[in-house]
Amino acid sequence: MTEIFWLIPFIPAASTLILAVFGKNLPKKYVSFQACFAVFASFVIAAISAVGLLQTAHASYPLVKNLFSWIQAGSFQANLSLMFDPLSAVMALVVSGVGFIIHVYSVGYMADDEGYTRYFTYLNLFTFSMLILVMGSNLVLMFVGWEGVGLCSYLLIGFWFEKHSAANAGKKAFIVNRIGDAGFLLGILFIFIHIGSAEFTAINQAISGGALSAGLATLIAILLFVGATGKSAQIPLYVWLPDAMEGPTPVSALIHAATMVTAGVYMVSRMNLLYTLSETAAQVVALVGALTAVYAATMALTQNDIKRVLAYSTISQIGYMFIGCGVGAYAAGMFHLYTHAFFKSLLFLAAGSVMHALSGEIDMKKMGGLRKYLPLTYPTFLIGAIAIAGVPFFSGFFSKDAILTKAFAQGQDSAFYYFIWGLGILGAVLTAFYMFRLIFVTFHGEERIDPEIKKHIHESPKIMTIPLVILAFFSVIAGYIGLPVVLGEKLNFFGKFLEPVIKEVHEVHLSLQTEWTLIAVASVVALLGIFIAYVFYIRSPMIPRNLAARFPTIYKLLFNKYYVDEIYNAVFVNPTVKGSEIIYDNFDLKVIDGAVNGTATATGFTGKILSYFQSGLIKDYALIFLLGVIIFLAYLLF
Amino acid sequence: MGYFLFFLLAALTVGAVLAMIISKNQAYNALFLILAFACLGGIFALLEAPFIAVVQIIIYAGAIMVLFIFVIMMINVRYGIPAEKKKWTIYLSIVLAVVLIIELILSIKGAFTLPVSTAIIKAGPTDLGRLLFTKYLYPFEITSILIIAALVGAIVLIKKKEKK
Amino acid sequence: MIPPNYFLILSVILFVLGSVAFFVKKDLITMFMSIEIMLNAANLAFITLARSANSADGQIIVFFIITVAAAEAAVGLAIILLIFRQKKTIKSEDIKLMKG
Repeated sequence: MTEIFWLIPFIPAASTLILAVFGKNLPKKYVSFQACFAVFASFVIAAISAVGLLQTAHASYPLVKNLFSWIQAGSFQANLSLMFDPLSAVMALVVSGVGFIIHVYSVGYMADDEGYTRYFTYLNLFTFSMLILVMGSNLVLMFVGWEGVGLCSYLLIGFWFEKHSAANAGKKAFIVNRIGDAGFLLGILFIFIHIGSAEFTAINQAISGGALSAGLATLIAILLFVGATGKSAQIPLYVWLPDAMEGPTPVSALIHAATMVTAGVYMVSRMNLLYTLSETAAQVVALVGALTAVYAATMALTQNDIKRVLAYSTISQIGYMFIGCGVGAYAAGMFHLYTHAFFKSLLFLAAGSVMHALSGEIDMKKMGGLRKYLPLTYPTFLIGAIAIAGVPFFSGFFSKDAILTKAFAQGQDSAFYYFIWGLGILGAVLTAFYMFRLIFVTFHGEERIDPEIKKHIHESPKIMTIPLVILAFFSVIAGYIGLPVVLGEKLNFFGKFLEPVIKEVHEVHLSLQTEWTLIAVASVVALLGIFIAYVFYIRSPMIPRNLAARFPTIYKLLFNKYYVDEIYNAVFVNPTVKGSEIIYDNFDLKVIDGAVNGTATATGFTGKILSYFQSGLIKDYALIFLLGVIIFLAYLLF
Repeated sequence: MGYFLFFLLAALTVGAVLAMIISKNQAYNALFLILAFACLGGIFALLEAPFIAVVQIIIYAGAIMVLFIFVIMMINVRYGIPAEKKKWTIYLSIVLAVVLIIELILSIKGAFTLPVSTAIIKAGPTDLGRLLFTKYLYPFEITSILIIAALVGAIVLIKKKEKK
Repeated sequence: MIPPNYFLILSVILFVLGSVAFFVKKDLITMFMSIEIMLNAANLAFITLARSANSADGQIIVFFIITVAAAEAAVGLAIILLIFRQKKTIKSEDIKLMKG
């Protein structure tokens, strides 16, 4: 049954086509059914294929299905071929599984929207692109998916394009991603030049065979990572993600939390041999990840927009995944990707449910005490927050712990990794703190809801709450397929599953005692963050205000997100705009337009002269014709 | 006998054409032309091309010229149209005609030395028919399409648009 | 037998007379007739040379020329008729719709 895996991306593709062509005339009910069903079918096939994969011998990994030769130019060849191996399987399952739940949720959330069909067309197109990204068997096809999800992201961020801010946010996401893509594309070209193929199997073989020198490997790895920072919103290219919250909330959950933004992590894991080869590149990845994890968390501390807090949280959590990749714990990074997909989409959907209840309100300051109005949203949101904070026995705890343990273990080789670990722990405290700040401010404390809105307050319909419950369930249990190694090697099923693809390097073993200590530290840190949040926002709400008054500079810096947007505007955007204006005034208006107008004038002038020959009299034409004949004859004769 | 016939027919042809140039009446013009074409048909016969000679007389002097006469009748311009006023283009065209005649004679100079062919050629209707349906089959068929197209085209052009 | 150059010279004379007639005459119908004369001059040259070359192919060409001339005459005369209907004239100098 595994051979049919190549169908996985094409079912949503077919659905997209149908919706795009006939969508206008289809009833809403059918549209939602088809869109959800297509993704569900993909999920089922992915599940069947994954089970089949378990029963296949490791030696035959990866399964490759070559559909047709797509580009063939000289020695350059790119096939439209899909591959299926544990890494692809995990991604495909996450994309189609979480994607399906979010599709269902969207049916309720977007029910009254005018662009209902358009929305589901984009969403299916996104699913298709994402599946191509994770299942493409070569870098070129992966790049196609990469750009495809970028396009869908742009379309969906700007879904309410009549809103100026949404259209701008879409543009911003697109342009910032372009910068990263340039790096990614360069990386692909370098790989092609030096290895001669873009197929992953060929690349891995070549790298194992020592085809790349260390310097070259570093260069390529860094270039690819530039692409990852763009797509996965890491320093310095993270600025687009908070603005991307202008899109519909389920989109934020699917694209900007669970799947697309983690594409960078997938890519780095896919190229893990390359990053293993280059220590420098791996350290860059780890450092960028750790810095982003802390940096984004600090920005989340002061935001009042419920979705923006979650956006910064996403940036921060992806930072953790990159720490995992950077310290060689690719499986742990992927594990965090997988658990994160559940709890982060849960948080976004729950936030969407809150907004739905409050007629679209997103400012936390105008919430408070919502607990009793939203009997289902509140507990699910709470579970999501607990999971992301890293409280023991919830999924986020296991994955985050796996990453940090590995980082700590690497510290035995180089003190640099202790630093990374320290940042990770700091990020964990901050994460627990801002998540519970969100909970307390939104659901507890005094009610600050607009009385007008309060009249309409209501829990969301079942089609929205059931997905929340399902995601909450998985947020609790998803971690149990990858228990810490300390409980027994065999219990780390997830790591075992990925092992054939991801060669764990630098096996550094910690003593049992150290491992338990680390787990204890992680747990304490999470609880500490929650406790601080409790003190700050429930017991004595004066503290945060006093702190903000005491350190106005820091507060303002955080509240304004370190002024990074302003700095980018001043350094990159405005000079570009100014430069373009100067070029427009001088070059475009004068040189180009001058040349165009000059050509037109010259043509007109020539035409005017030639038009004297066009007397309209047949005899004049015949005379010229005769003259021509005579000249031609003369030429033949003499 | 051959020379006599040739000069007679040639003189008639050239004379008819000259008369056509001088005459101002379109109907006379057409009749002169019929005379010229008929005489040319005779000259074709002198060249041992009996089939073409007959076709010339039937189609050219007959069918095509009848068409002309019909159109002349339909247009029915009662007054004679005077010859072109002395416009510089006319002089130029006559000069060019002189140049052309010199050039053409120069170009057929090579044929002057051609020997008189006495061989008997097979160019009867049977032989032409065989050639048409073997070697020239495709051009022949294409010509038939051309004629159909011309027929349809002429009818479409002439048809008066029905008033709504 | 009559040598071919006699026929060829007759052909040249007819052709030039035809072209002169085209420029001298004023009405479209007679101008059109001059074109027929030129066509016939060409036919004569074809048949003469075919005779010299002892070949029947030249006659076939003439046959085609006559056919095409018939088609051309039909369409040409239709156009002349149409022009006359619209402009009520067949004087060539009055017709300059295409003046640039």
